[in-house]
Amino acid sequence: MKTHLLLDDNDPQSELSTLNLGPTHPATHGVFQNVLQLDGERIVSGVSTIGYIHRAFEKISEHRPFYQITPLTDRMNYCSSPINNMGWHMTVEKLLGIKTPKRVDYLRIIIMELARIADHLICNSVLGVDTGATAGFFYVMEYRELIYEIYEEVCGSRLTTNIGRIGGFERNFNDIAFAKIKKFQKEYPVVLKEFENLLTRNRIFIDRTKDVARVPAETALSYSWSGPLLRAAGIDYDVRAMEPYCSYEDLDFEIPVGTSGDVYDRFLVRNAEMWQSLRMIDQCMAKIEKEPKDVFHADVPEFYLPPKQEVYNNMEALIYHFKIVMGEIETPVGEVYHAVEGGNGELGFYLVNDGGRSPYRLHFRRPCFINYQMYAPMSRGMLLSDAIINMSSMNVIAGELDA
Amino acid sequence: MGKITNEELLNSIKAKFESDVTEVTEPYGLLTFETSREKIIDLLTFLKTDPALQFIYLTDLTGIHYPEQEKQIGVIYHLHSLINGVRVRIKVFMDENDLHIPTATTIWDGANWMERETYDFFGVIFDGHPDLRRILNVDDMTVFPMRKEYPLEDPNRVDKRDYFFGR
Repeated sequence: MKTHLLLDDNDPQSELSTLNLGPTHPATHGVFQNVLQLDGERIVSGVSTIGYIHRAFEKISEHRPFYQITPLTDRMNYCSSPINNMGWHMTVEKLLGIKTPKRVDYLRIIIMELARIADHLICNSVLGVDTGATAGFFYVMEYRELIYEIYEEVCGSRLTTNIGRIGGFERNFNDIAFAKIKKFQKEYPVVLKEFENLLTRNRIFIDRTKDVARVPAETALSYSWSGPLLRAAGIDYDVRAMEPYCSYEDLDFEIPVGTSGDVYDRFLVRNAEMWQSLRMIDQCMAKIEKEPKDVFHADVPEFYLPPKQEVYNNMEALIYHFKIVMGEIETPVGEVYHAVEGGNGELGFYLVNDGGRSPYRLHFRRPCFINYQMYAPMSRGMLLSDAIINMSSMNVIAGELDA
Repeated sequence: MGKITNEELLNSIKAKFESDVTEVTEPYGLLTFETSREKIIDLLTFLKTDPALQFIYLTDLTGIHYPEQEKQIGVIYHLHSLINGVRVRIKVFMDENDLHIPTATTIWDGANWMERETYDFFGVIFDGHPDLRRILNVDDMTVFPMRKEYPLEDPNRVDKRDYFFGR
């Protein structure tokens, strides 16, 4: 087998070098190790090692009541943790047969789409940084900060949000939260347009990204890719449209698709999705005006923790509080698969319940884990610098990869 | 939503694999059935290639452990037909002492890491897998940690026993 791409095997210079890219390499944005065989700057072969931050979430889940699993889901894709949180809540709601009010659904969509914007803007602006354009990154970072401030108003925390509860939200959105969302709606389109102006038609950026890591649609499907990566390859699969959850069917939106699946198309798809997310936020903000203002959770006292002042003053609330905390509530026996469109693709929760206080088995279908397995095979023959931006555009999040 | 119903789907599967489809249920609208490991690859290939069904997308592959059952370890496939907008769940159960099942990497490249993960946590050996190694746990681990015999917490600990909580 000829391993060397450029030189004869007999050539005295035909020696391959080994590069340990990671686990803590500044260009890899997370804990990934790839051992690469290099011929000059060209990659001959690579082996990925993952699991550096494996925290056994699936095992821990088997010992926790449902509402305590939410903080574990935060720590998977921490760039868009509200989507994970709400995906988990909706899985449990599906198991329990809880129907959430429309206002809750729309509030959830607002938060989930903000999270998607936060996820995509990090990915795309970091792609800019990796190709040498640092300015765009600082420019949009201000608006990720604003998104985090909105989370803060809604749930009190920023990165690992633990946002919402089974059945809805822990408290109603306050006026500051709505004011900040409105500020975001007003200011972010201008910034996103400017960000696009910086990169989309930039000659250097196009030269670095176009035709890099092209993936045909068949290959992407065979590797079970999902999310922006699959859509960049030309497959219009989006869970929000295919199997609408959380009242996405009430909204009007488009699914942007690419054609070649290369890094540039992924960039364009993510940008286009941010515009669609903004559209959805606008529609939801208009829709909640028509809904009763004080509804922020479903009426499920067996699963929704009562407010603390009620617990001290009201017998029923105290009983429910005790039962929920001690895991004394009967849950239906069954198995449910629920998928949401996460920042990186189809985030699935496969929950098998035996009626106990914690899941019998919980499996997370983590899009990063499934997307990333193609990284080493597709790097073959690629330049090292291209492999770096390929990883950047795949938006692999170590927390989601390793669970 | 889907263009074919679960009933039509089941009928077309049963037309070809009549005796191999058992335990048919529909939890939360998702057609679920069991089959044997001898037939699983034929069945998956049929589902993927049949022009009317086209389950071209392997959504998920994972394992489960029921210590009380005769066949303790299960492998669970979730397939998705993107054309028809319908999902299906297939289970294969195996005896703990004979955990061999043919690999699905011959049908989907994406099954590679999913099978490695299942091997890593449940010890299922996928025959014909190109690179069946541990993936998330350390290489020199000797147990399969997602099995139920490995408790998460120290089993000698008494302060969390159920009787303290009236259970």
